[in-house]
Amino acid sequence: MTPAATTFQMPHHVVHRRTTGEPAFVRRALIGVALVFLSMFLFLPLVFVFTQAFAKGIGFYFQTLRDPNAWSAIKLTLTAAAIAVPLNCVFGVCAAWAIAKFDFPGKNVLLTLIDLPFSVSPVIAGLIYVLVFGAQGWLGLYLNADNPKFPWLASWLNDHDFKIIFAVPGIVLATIFVTFPFVARELIPLMQAQGRSEEEAARVLGASGWQTFWRVTLPNIKWGLIYGVILCNARAMGEFGAVAVVSGRIRGQTNTIPLHIEALYDDYNFTGAFAVASLLAFLALITLGLKVWMEHKNATQNEIELKP
Amino acid sequence: MANKRIRAGKIRVLPGFKLTLGFTLFYLGLIVLIPLAAVFWKASTLTWAEFWHTVTMPTAMASYRLTFGASFCAALVNLVFGLVVAWVLVRYEFFGKKIVDALVDLPFALPTAVAGITLAALYSQNGWIGRLLLPFGVKAANTQLGIFIALTFIGLPFIVRTVQPVLEDLDPELEEAASSLGANRWQVFSRVILPMLAPALLTGFALAFARALGEYGSVIFIAGNIPMKTQITPVVIMGELDMFDYAKATAIAVVMLVVSFVLLLAINVLQWWTNRYNTNNLA
Repeated sequence: MTPAATTFQMPHHVVHRRTTGEPAFVRRALIGVALVFLSMFLFLPLVFVFTQAFAKGIGFYFQTLRDPNAWSAIKLTLTAAAIAVPLNCVFGVCAAWAIAKFDFPGKNVLLTLIDLPFSVSPVIAGLIYVLVFGAQGWLGLYLNADNPKFPWLASWLNDHDFKIIFAVPGIVLATIFVTFPFVARELIPLMQAQGRSEEEAARVLGASGWQTFWRVTLPNIKWGLIYGVILCNARAMGEFGAVAVVSGRIRGQTNTIPLHIEALYDDYNFTGAFAVASLLAFLALITLGLKVWMEHKNATQNEIELKP
Repeated sequence: MANKRIRAGKIRVLPGFKLTLGFTLFYLGLIVLIPLAAVFWKASTLTWAEFWHTVTMPTAMASYRLTFGASFCAALVNLVFGLVVAWVLVRYEFFGKKIVDALVDLPFALPTAVAGITLAALYSQNGWIGRLLLPFGVKAANTQLGIFIALTFIGLPFIVRTVQPVLEDLDPELEEAASSLGANRWQVFSRVILPMLAPALLTGFALAFARALGEYGSVIFIAGNIPMKTQITPVVIMGELDMFDYAKATAIAVVMLVVSFVLLLAINVLQWWTNRYNTNNLA
């Protein structure tokens, strides 16, 4: 990007615009329309979160975050993400390996099924686990303390106070469900585009299966994997609807960050709600920043047509 | 016999087929398929009459109309403005373009609860935008307009991000040819560019619509959730769950699931069509 290079490109640019471009006033009007639309729906909300968060000063902001209920929500959210993201990451790599490196019947059906959680409403995502593990649920019927099919299991669970619904395991399960496709979705097209010739060459040259994976496949899919993990994590920490159904919203116990925001908002503690919300908004900005950085990295690193 | 040997040979070069596919199917079944099957299992405990009575009760019917109507309008508005945004980002240069481009994905990255309280406060009567709408007699908080606003926010990136790559790959020679043959700029746009963008626009529209149908977090704060007026279908399900009426909640969930599965199928067909259209264009 030296000044010489820019001036050299300029005339070409101008000629191109003159034959197939719009008149200047149309161009300006369209840019104006786009920016006004985006301001109303994107820029203003983003600015609003941060101004409201600090509306009662920085002291109140940190006081809200230091509150025990807020702190417990932060810990719970981090726990859920720390379990859900690695599991979906392993699943994503496995699914992408099976789908991209081998041919088998029913592959398109499998691809559609992997995408399924994206088209299920978050509320239904929570509901399905209540139906399986809840007191009147599928497995709940077997574990229910009143009339158990397996009394020993029911009493063991009861003794150890192990609950799934309205407790942490349910929150983790719902989080896994809503973030299920993220890593697989990034890796499958990437690995399909890369083909299998490099891995086959490594195998023919004597590498073991694990060596092939660690030394050939993993470096190739590194950025796609990281990108998938970033998206997966952002959704895991921000999930609201699905978690709301299974959590039972017990303050200080089963409230995640988004549920704590709702609780503060319902208490008319708007500044507090926005203070906690600013944490997640900040996470969203970091996610977007990393995305841009990764795309830039991808574009400069491999000039071949590989979409991130 | 020969065919079998070739297939077996392929599998032998790269290891891990059985392990990875086995784990994929196991995990998919455990997390997604078996729990989803529970919805249909629970619904089957209802008689047909009970099921029909639940899914057609007035609050449910009003919620379908509202959810479908608001989702459709939001997707339609995004279709127009999403195209403008994609066009501006691909074709023009302006100050801050890269930041604008990155922020288009904000609705994907911003948790729905944060979006929900922000839009509710912003569009309330004394909010930054709600205050400006008040003199015109327009109220967004606790109205159907508010639901439409939240769903527009949620659907915004879908159309921009499906149209943008297609617009980038358009061959400028086609436009040059059309204009050198005497077409004016509007004719070039409506007769050359728009038909080539149509599959991508339709896919983006379907994706935004499908996402809006199931949306919960960003809507509930601005909607006010008044039964028969501003209660979307996921809120009706949530209401039944809060009363521990799982059978009713499940019956309405079945309706939503069937609609989303049909839409998912339609989107897959659309995406296949878009890809085929693009490869034909490149060839």
